[in-house]
Amino acid sequence: MDLSNLTIHQINDLLKYREVKSADITNSYIERIKKIDPVISAYLYTDFEEALSNAEAADKIIQKNKDFPYLTGIPLSIKDIFLIKGKKTTCASKILNNFISPYDATVIKRLKKNNYVFIGKTNMDEFAMGSSTENSAYKITKNPFDLNRVPGGSSGGSAASVSADLCAGSFGTDTGGSVRQPASLCGVVGLKPTYGLISRYGIIAFSSSLDQAGVIANDVLDAAIMLKAVAGFDEKDQTTRKFEIKDYPEIVKRADKSIIKGLRVGIPVEFFSEGLDSKIHSKIMEIKDLLKDLGAQVVNITLPDTKYSVAAYYVIATSEASSNLERYDGIRFGGRFNEGKGIQSLDELYRKSRESGFGKEVKRRIILGTFALSAGYYDAYYKKASLVRKLIIKNYKDSFNDVDIILGPTSPTPAFLIGEKISDPLSMYLSDIYTISVNLAYLPALSLPAGVVDNPTKKGGVLPIGLQLISPWTTEAKLLSVAKVIEDEVKFRDKYTPVI
Amino acid sequence: MNKNNYNDAQDDLHSFEAVIGLEVHSQLLTKTKMFCSCQNIFGKEPNSMVCPVCLGLPGALPVINLEGVRLAVKAALALNIGINKKSLFARKNYFYPDLPKGYQISQYLDPVSSNGYLAIETDGAEKRIRINRLHIEEDAGKLIHIGNESYVDLNRAGTPLIEIVSEPDISSPKEAVSYLKELRDILVYLDISDGNMEEGSFRCDANISVRRKGAQKLGTRAEIKNVNSFKFVEKAIDYEIDRQIDVILSGGNVIQETRLYDSKENVTRPMRGKEEAHDYRYFEEPDLPPLILDAEFISDIKKSITELPHAKRKRYIKEYSLTEKDSEVLTQDKNIAHYFEDIIRLNNGRVEIKKIANWVINDLLFALKAKEGNIPKQEDFFNLILEVENSNINKNAGKIVLTEMLLTGKKPNDIIKEKNLAQVSDEKGIEDTIKQVFKENQKELEDLIGGKDKLFGFFVGEVMKKTRGKANPQKVNEILKKHIENYKKGGN
Repeated sequence: MDLSNLTIHQINDLLKYREVKSADITNSYIERIKKIDPVISAYLYTDFEEALSNAEAADKIIQKNKDFPYLTGIPLSIKDIFLIKGKKTTCASKILNNFISPYDATVIKRLKKNNYVFIGKTNMDEFAMGSSTENSAYKITKNPFDLNRVPGGSSGGSAASVSADLCAGSFGTDTGGSVRQPASLCGVVGLKPTYGLISRYGIIAFSSSLDQAGVIANDVLDAAIMLKAVAGFDEKDQTTRKFEIKDYPEIVKRADKSIIKGLRVGIPVEFFSEGLDSKIHSKIMEIKDLLKDLGAQVVNITLPDTKYSVAAYYVIATSEASSNLERYDGIRFGGRFNEGKGIQSLDELYRKSRESGFGKEVKRRIILGTFALSAGYYDAYYKKASLVRKLIIKNYKDSFNDVDIILGPTSPTPAFLIGEKISDPLSMYLSDIYTISVNLAYLPALSLPAGVVDNPTKKGGVLPIGLQLISPWTTEAKLLSVAKVIEDEVKFRDKYTPVI
Repeated sequence: MNKNNYNDAQDDLHSFEAVIGLEVHSQLLTKTKMFCSCQNIFGKEPNSMVCPVCLGLPGALPVINLEGVRLAVKAALALNIGINKKSLFARKNYFYPDLPKGYQISQYLDPVSSNGYLAIETDGAEKRIRINRLHIEEDAGKLIHIGNESYVDLNRAGTPLIEIVSEPDISSPKEAVSYLKELRDILVYLDISDGNMEEGSFRCDANISVRRKGAQKLGTRAEIKNVNSFKFVEKAIDYEIDRQIDVILSGGNVIQETRLYDSKENVTRPMRGKEEAHDYRYFEEPDLPPLILDAEFISDIKKSITELPHAKRKRYIKEYSLTEKDSEVLTQDKNIAHYFEDIIRLNNGRVEIKKIANWVINDLLFALKAKEGNIPKQEDFFNLILEVENSNINKNAGKIVLTEMLLTGKKPNDIIKEKNLAQVSDEKGIEDTIKQVFKENQKELEDLIGGKDKLFGFFVGEVMKKTRGKANPQKVNEILKKHIENYKKGGN
């Protein structure tokens, strides 16, 4: 029996009623990974021994206790940006090639408390910088719907691993769309919660004020289960807050069509202008009509400063990144150039180590950020960008006076071809045009499969497209509930499966 | 350059004035580091007091230590610097092996405290040195160089510091030193810092420029680093002022640069250009929320601030009629001041306070400085003072008792008994001794009666010798005088 195409809640049912053991489930995934991942390359590394020992431990807990946490015995993949004690964490960079973490990220600590099964670390764009996972220093991950196409990024390995059923769910991070965009391109659910809802402690920082852990799941209920397991205040991260953590899975289970009645849904006109694939446009409009039919009040809204969001984002994100990445200097981490041999000065050690340790995109962003923070330019760039950020926050705040939730596309295009945008950073940056402003405004947002479009390069093939729902701060319960109702109507999982 | 070259330019030399501003870094006496829970402790095995946060490991995040904030606010309140209810942490970015994150968490545009002053005494008058700001930051680690190799010790990385930046209101090396001393006294007094300059827990950089007296525009300044004692601060500034005047008088321009003080040769030398060519790229620390201080937090700290050395000194002069010098000695160390005040409370007006001050300064502090020993209990030391002041023992015996007290911790009365030091004051006993001395020194006695008054002292000495110093010298004088008078009148 192939047990590797189930959702987390389905597995949980099977475990609860003792129909299977976690070890069986885990073995199913291991077999599938061995067979399929050489083609997909979702994983940077796997640890089957650990997975089986986690599964056995989970099975013991299941035997002993009637009540066990949802994630007990569930095999999950983890983006290689989360630190796991005793395990390699590279952030898909050469500079962390041999970095073994001496501690657990808070997210990992909480997953361990939930008796999850760790199966492997997924590929990503180096230091989470990119929208295609092509910036990994190690491998290119393929989109399970078309192996010639990218899975999106930066959490591309995570999205591909869920989409191709190489795990039951995955934890990623989202700085400007890095969970939602790959989820959209791979036909899975991607949730980026409110900034501060999930601890960043032990997640390698790209841009501290924008980074937020997120979940990639087969369906909305799974996303709710995963969120519940890790959300909440952490004394080790002062940017987390004592937000109320609701019982998201129970709320999602109870969500039905009735919640859409009277729901005020905003359609931001700026998200449907030039640059949006027309087929995606019409697909999102179908969803809009669906919501209308279910009794929602749909109104057009405007987020007037959206046009500045990509520029503001790239100033803030690269500035913070230029500082966050200073610690990788060849003194303590992985890539000391030539082990320091033949190096004449401290300066040279820094220069050569960083030159050989970082990839092209990372260097580009370090240079951009360093420039933006330089004396004489700070006011023109970083300060200006921070002001724009305030405007964007206000845009959303104003909108949420009139609407309960915002609907739009996640990505302007479906999955693009490997190599298509890698030499054109600007067009790559525009992949995140609809997701970026959400991070700038600290808001929660979710990408949900809305359907497919025809694959222009593969006869009979389809490519998934995602819709994006954005809601006010800390309203994840509402966000997930609305998504659940749409999901039940669209029935994406029943209709479409990857080619693998 | 030699100053002698300008003999004819002596007037020129005196037509300059120095403008000095000081930046002081002081470690805070917190239990844990500023942004993690590692112990803030000195002298442990290298890299033993570290964690992911202060090692700057990937993914680690800082958490503000409120105890550090409390001490910084306490310092600011004591230094009359305004408290900013909202302040921000910022990153100061630069590469150095002792800085594990590649940036130091500091405060930049919005410090926790700004605009204040510190009053110092200069030539007997009070002068206010304005303080621009006081902010919180973390210290870096340490490099240890052994032969050709360099090692990094990160025990100190992340320990809490405050930086106190003065306005350029200081005009001489002496003023600089009194500013620093005053500042350090306050920080030590309030248990904010241990103020140890040699160990680097209290450090100072000086910004120095010179200009023609009366000129409005400031001259180009040089920053002097690496001065680790008050004496060196004075010498370094003194040297630097002369150097800058020399440069100007010989037609050159002072360059804005960072210079290191070399205490062995007593010179300042420019740091290599590269090391100072920093653009720190300050920006708001995104890992930390703004630091918001509520009124209650501040007022609680205010309550914990005791009388400061400056105020204490003034009170001693006014209330106790002590000299400025004595007041200074007594207030330099909080423990001594408290000890002194305890004794004044015990005294309750019995002994003149000036005498108590003398006892503390000339006897106790002197003895403690000279010998190893423990400071006696206040009660014991006061009892000793009483024994002497009430003439139960004489001053010499008092000194002997004090030495014994320091060494053994015994009570003064026990020592007096043990050593049989009680003063002989009974007139009969003294008279007997005097008669004995007269008998033994007939010749001298005749000379004294004959008018050789100098010999009076000789007889006092002989009587004291016979009583092994225990006789009350005043009584001896009195009785001796009476007897001599009688002799002169032809009696006895």
